[in-house]
Amino acid sequence: MLERVRAVRRPELLVGALLAAAVALIPAVYLVVRVAEAGLPRILAEVTTPRVAAMAGRTLALVGLVWLGSTIFGVTAALLTTRTDAPGRRVFGVLLALPLAVPSYVAAYTWAAVADLWEPSGRFDGFWAAVLVLTLYSYPYVYLTVASALAGQDQGPAEVARSLGEGEWGVLRRVTLPGVLPAMASGGLLVALYTLSDFGAVSILRVDTFTRAVFTAFSVGFDRTGAVALASVLAVFALAIIVVERLARGAEKRYARVGSGGPRRPRPLGLGWGRLPAAAFLGLVAAVALGVPLASLLRWFLAGVSRPGSIGEVVAAMGASLGVSLLGAVLTVALAIPLGLYAARVRTPLALGLERLVFVTHSLPGVIIGLSLVFFGINVAYALYQSVWLLALAYVTLFLPLASAAVANAARQAPPSLEEAAESLGLTPFAALLRVTLPVMLPGIGAGAALVFLTAMKELPATLLLRPTGMDTLATRLWTYTSVEAYAAAAPYAAILIALAAVPTWFLATGSGAFGRDDS
Amino acid sequence: MPLPTPRLLTGAALALVLTTVAACSSPTATPGTAASDASVTLYSGRNETLVQPALDAFTEATGIAVEVRYGGTAELAAQLLEEGDRTRAHVFLAQDAGALGAVAKAGQFATLPEATLDLVDDAWSDPDGRWVGVTGRSRVLAYNGSMVSGDALPASVFELTGPEWKGKVGVAPTNASFQSFITAMRVQHGDEKTRDFLEGLAANEPQLREKNGVIVSDIEAGAYPVGLVNHYYLWEAAAEKGVPADQLATKLHFFSDGDTGALINVSGIGLLANQPDADGQALVDYLMSTAGQEYFATKTFEYPLVSGVATAPGLTPLDQLDAPDINLSDLDELEATITMIKEAGLL
Repeated sequence: MLERVRAVRRPELLVGALLAAAVALIPAVYLVVRVAEAGLPRILAEVTTPRVAAMAGRTLALVGLVWLGSTIFGVTAALLTTRTDAPGRRVFGVLLALPLAVPSYVAAYTWAAVADLWEPSGRFDGFWAAVLVLTLYSYPYVYLTVASALAGQDQGPAEVARSLGEGEWGVLRRVTLPGVLPAMASGGLLVALYTLSDFGAVSILRVDTFTRAVFTAFSVGFDRTGAVALASVLAVFALAIIVVERLARGAEKRYARVGSGGPRRPRPLGLGWGRLPAAAFLGLVAAVALGVPLASLLRWFLAGVSRPGSIGEVVAAMGASLGVSLLGAVLTVALAIPLGLYAARVRTPLALGLERLVFVTHSLPGVIIGLSLVFFGINVAYALYQSVWLLALAYVTLFLPLASAAVANAARQAPPSLEEAAESLGLTPFAALLRVTLPVMLPGIGAGAALVFLTAMKELPATLLLRPTGMDTLATRLWTYTSVEAYAAAAPYAAILIALAAVPTWFLATGSGAFGRDDS
Repeated sequence: MPLPTPRLLTGAALALVLTTVAACSSPTATPGTAASDASVTLYSGRNETLVQPALDAFTEATGIAVEVRYGGTAELAAQLLEEGDRTRAHVFLAQDAGALGAVAKAGQFATLPEATLDLVDDAWSDPDGRWVGVTGRSRVLAYNGSMVSGDALPASVFELTGPEWKGKVGVAPTNASFQSFITAMRVQHGDEKTRDFLEGLAANEPQLREKNGVIVSDIEAGAYPVGLVNHYYLWEAAAEKGVPADQLATKLHFFSDGDTGALINVSGIGLLANQPDADGQALVDYLMSTAGQEYFATKTFEYPLVSGVATAPGLTPLDQLDAPDINLSDLDELEATITMIKEAGLL
């Protein structure tokens, strides 16, 4: 059942974890170097202004609201699709994960474009528009992690609670939900940090957040110092959020099942008359989240005369997107495995701190990540500069938290007693890891790889800065055409991007086993 | 089947990594040592759809291949500054003079030959000869012809802070062209008057947008009647709709009498220092030649800066515009402008 794991030293994991952290922290090193160059007084002068204070308030409010909305909707949707008898829940279950495949800049563009259907001079922008768009397209982080956790949850405690007289709702409140708290927290953390870093939606919807201010600082007067100062504040916010999440979660408990016996299906919660409204609600959200972008893309394609250059151009972009995203996913997961395992097996503060520290980079805007890797490429690894390897490294720094969260969750659910049993049979700890633990963790690792792959496909600012000269991905082609208002030419690229990203998303949704089981 | 031993795995992984890193090392373009290779690397802040055809024509004419890195002008300038003298770029084509100024200030440009600089007016190039303007871009007031009649249009850009224009003016303060315009106003009229204009504009419920192109489509759709943009966006909007520019409801109003609203900015080009061969200069020469300038005049509807090249039909020629008499290198001091725009609440 629930037990505390004893601390065990694992030097080979530590080396791997440190390497992963070193890569992920390249942007942080860049910020420190540039801050030192500019001098702390100058940096402080840049950030201690009323405008920055207002921006801080706005940014934190945005993060808080998006986190709240994503958590509430994500958990509700996960419960409705995995633990109730709502009709169509398996179909909705998968559909509700798909908004993750839509890049935030496409979502914002397409939502802003439908405003004129409402009224001719209608505008869809501002703070609340950004809250809506960011919530609608990042809730899947919470939704998928919680749904997967609900699917894998041990039913023992629930049955004990029922035998002690708790009704279904009581079991939900007192056993089920607390059991998925780690998943909620890790999904919520990803949402919060992603919202901090998002540039696409806030720039199109015109919300003055830190990320937008960083970009504006670059484009107006090439003010690297201003941009670096603001990005440093973002990093500080991220650290604060990480610390808060850690404190709120309290002590680490492991939620793996160690007892014998087959997995028992959770008993679905009867909704009674609420079945149809629940299904309608889920269906509406899925329809809106997926329908608005697709409708706008279609409108643009039909209304404008521009078209992509050639089939060859489209195919080349597809190939490049798939290639670099795959490379990025493989590299990221390779580094995430030692990091996640180290955090899950070795319970020292160093281990847990290391795992969380890499999340800081996740909150930095893509343009900073890109420039930090230009800096790294120029000064340290010139041979790699402007090659796909440096771009893949950028993806590692950006997406390591996604992979390490998935790996760590999987490691937590793989009982260390299996490893101990293997060691008692003569295997070295490393061999036990390879031959026993890793195969058990494979679904979680696969989920991490899928998540990194689909997120890398959507990435734009770092890709623009670091791609090999002459290489275009679907995202950069999209950017090329939207920059000159050639929306009709951009629409096919957006559609293909969403379709390709939907494939790993679909696997994430069905692979978790949350939606594929027969009812019992 | 038993898994390979850990040692074997580690060894294999290491070998794989080393091989791929070695294989992927591209030949370094260390400045000054590469032989002429009929290839030039261009960093272009100008969009691919607008510029690639001209580059293809250059390759056909000279046999020199162009490897282009497209990006935003500001990001590319930041990248060049970050790369320093280890940059792989040979030429930088920028959408505005500010970016060129920033790179020039860092000492990364080579001085252009007199022959190149003499092709254009002194007003259109760097006084120290480090970059030269390629095309001209005029600030205009775009207006919806069915919402506003010609005689109701303001004679001066300063009139836009008046009550009759409340909520009716589109501006894009994050755009480099707007910032150049405000800097020009500071140079022409002083900081006090500029600050008054910005505050008046901010208080007049301006329609703020991120991009000039969005302002033009809004005006075309009738969302609001006027907007401060660059002239060529009209043709960009027309191209997307598939109609000639004169069939749009949107028209262009050029300010006159040296009003700041008539400012002409330039897109320009510079050669990075330590050119390995003459290919970079060849590219500059082509874009400044009649063929190159005609391309920009007829395809992107910008103003050719080299004399003797005709402007697109339907566009008021450069010498008939009453632009303010401002040296573009004076528009380098952007920092104070940005602070002013921020303080007015527009940014």
